[in-house]
Amino acid sequence: MEIEVRLFATFRIGRWMSKRLSFQDDAKIIDVLDYLDIKKEELGLVLVNGSYKEVDEKLNNEDILAIFPPVAGG
Amino acid sequence: MKGYTGKLIRVDLTNKTIKTEKLNMNYAKDYFGGRGLGSKYLYEEVDPTIDALSPENKLIFMTGPVTGTYATCAGRFNVVAKAPLTGTIGAANSGGYFGPELKFAGYDGIIFEGKSNTPVYLHINDDLVEIKDASHLWGKNVFETTDMLLAENEDDAKVACIGPAGEKLVLFAAIMNDRDRAAGRSGLGAVMGSKNLKAVVVKGTNGIGVANAMQFNKAAQDAREKVLANGVTGKNGGLQTYGTEVLVNILNEMHALPTNNWQSSRFEDAEKISGEYLVEKYLVKNKACFACPIGCGRVVKIPDGKYKGIVAGPEYEAGWSYGASCGINDINEIDKANHVCNMLGMDPITMGATIACAMELYEKGYLPKEDLGGEELVFGDAQSIMKWTEKAGYREGFGDILALGSYRMAEKYGHPEFSMTVKKQEMPAYDGRAIQGMGLSYATSNRGGCHVRGYVTSTEVLGIPMKTDPLTTEGKAGLVKLFQDLTAVVDSSDICLFTTFAIGLPEVSNLLRGTAGIEMTDEEILKAGERIWNLEKIFNLEAGLTREDDYLPPRLLKEPVTSGPSKGKVTELEVMLNEYYAARGWDEYGVPTDDKLEELGLEMKSAQAAY
Repeated sequence: MEIEVRLFATFRIGRWMSKRLSFQDDAKIIDVLDYLDIKKEELGLVLVNGSYKEVDEKLNNEDILAIFPPVAGG
Repeated sequence: MKGYTGKLIRVDLTNKTIKTEKLNMNYAKDYFGGRGLGSKYLYEEVDPTIDALSPENKLIFMTGPVTGTYATCAGRFNVVAKAPLTGTIGAANSGGYFGPELKFAGYDGIIFEGKSNTPVYLHINDDLVEIKDASHLWGKNVFETTDMLLAENEDDAKVACIGPAGEKLVLFAAIMNDRDRAAGRSGLGAVMGSKNLKAVVVKGTNGIGVANAMQFNKAAQDAREKVLANGVTGKNGGLQTYGTEVLVNILNEMHALPTNNWQSSRFEDAEKISGEYLVEKYLVKNKACFACPIGCGRVVKIPDGKYKGIVAGPEYEAGWSYGASCGINDINEIDKANHVCNMLGMDPITMGATIACAMELYEKGYLPKEDLGGEELVFGDAQSIMKWTEKAGYREGFGDILALGSYRMAEKYGHPEFSMTVKKQEMPAYDGRAIQGMGLSYATSNRGGCHVRGYVTSTEVLGIPMKTDPLTTEGKAGLVKLFQDLTAVVDSSDICLFTTFAIGLPEVSNLLRGTAGIEMTDEEILKAGERIWNLEKIFNLEAGLTREDDYLPPRLLKEPVTSGPSKGKVTELEVMLNEYYAARGWDEYGVPTDDKLEELGLEMKSAQAAY
């Protein structure tokens, strides 16, 4: 399946901003993180199509996966 | 009681007299400092029904027991007065270096009373406190005023002042300190202007005693280690690297970034106004306040135009108000408009959001072109924001109407429903339909639309310290109450709220115990936060506010979000508000019950207006 991966803040350093990537059909969020070499402890939050998700949840074709390190502001 | 200097300056501007007096330690015991202590003095000394811009209002600068110590981010102070924009109690918190310097001079705070017949400023150098003529400063902008005051006083003094906006009573004028830090919201700069008080200049050379040095050192060390080890607040963390504008992309990905005056919740060009983009294109360096290891402040380059140079960059909310809220994707123009707010002394959240409201009024045909001097005012016009910000600050042409804020402006044109305000103050950059807890937080904020009175975005969006579901209403009443009470403690201690991304009640309580020698449990300290919240509420009730004021603009209640995971949602306010009043121990009119008042040791003069 194809998903769009969007990276933010420090996750862009040495990587990229946004890419379409192919994964096997039963791929989970954690598989994408592994592929990107993003460790769970580096992670702030993951949104799939704008909704918060846990990393062991499955992805679907054409999902938009947004990955953030710990960030906050206000 | 250490942590405090134990002294206040009281200035009668009408009669030009200055007294120093002992800090009321009974007040300090129950309200700590900063926002809580300032609010207690205001409540005891000012009739809540007065006109905020009359001499009867008082303007109170107040530090907290932690201010000026080496505890992490202990550079804050609060300014408290009845606020002209909202008619509520106003308490605005600022960083920089002014607050610590005031304590180094030997004072916990300053209370200004009355009104001077000519422009004046207050000069403090330790025991020397004098009222000085400010005629030559009147009309000068914040940067000019600061430069002139440093030239004619100690050149390493700290300055808090107003710009032309405060002098001209712009209803959202800010009090600026250290050039570009602001006690920004609700128009306290206009209160200062109404008193003909241009500035406070302070130089101090004393140290600050703490009640228990070993306990304080341990608490400060512990808090610092946690702040430095945290992914958000630590070295190379999100805040240090990208500043507060790092939030733009998160809120936009969630479809919770209010766009075009809240007509939609996603901004197509969000990337171009993001913290990431600012860092890549325009960041010169970071800037930190007193004792801060984070340095979230941005110093940016303006590459062109009449303000070409190196200036302070916008925070997330200002970047949003001029950006997504006005449909503008040009971060350079946003930086310029934000710079003009700093220069003239105005709150950029209200300014940008008021321009956005004017854009909608114009596009819908309610604001005639002739009122705009024959010009158009449309969403996305990047050239408009700096110009109208200047005109509002000087109250020129239509700027005189913009200077009233969006509610009074939209009301004048017969359509107050397009003002995205609570208690006449503009809500900031988090859509309360997509983040239900923020909807409730805005509605119940004691100073009107505001994000820092109960920043539940932390759990609803960011998962700090745990994740809550932003689309549900369950549990939000208790969550908002907890954040409001805890924030009242933080603002009264007085350290930067951003530390609470890394530390919580136990660490803040330890700092209070170490500095002020407070012998209270964590629960009792949180209860003091609740007391502060209730005192503010009582001030507002006695000022004449009612349940109707704990409300949201019709757009949030009737117009659903049009895209993203919250598509179709409005803010479910009614159900959350009822639960919130119950959680607070207030009756259905939002009035604290007798039991609650007794529990908190509070009294109420009259709540008749609320019924």
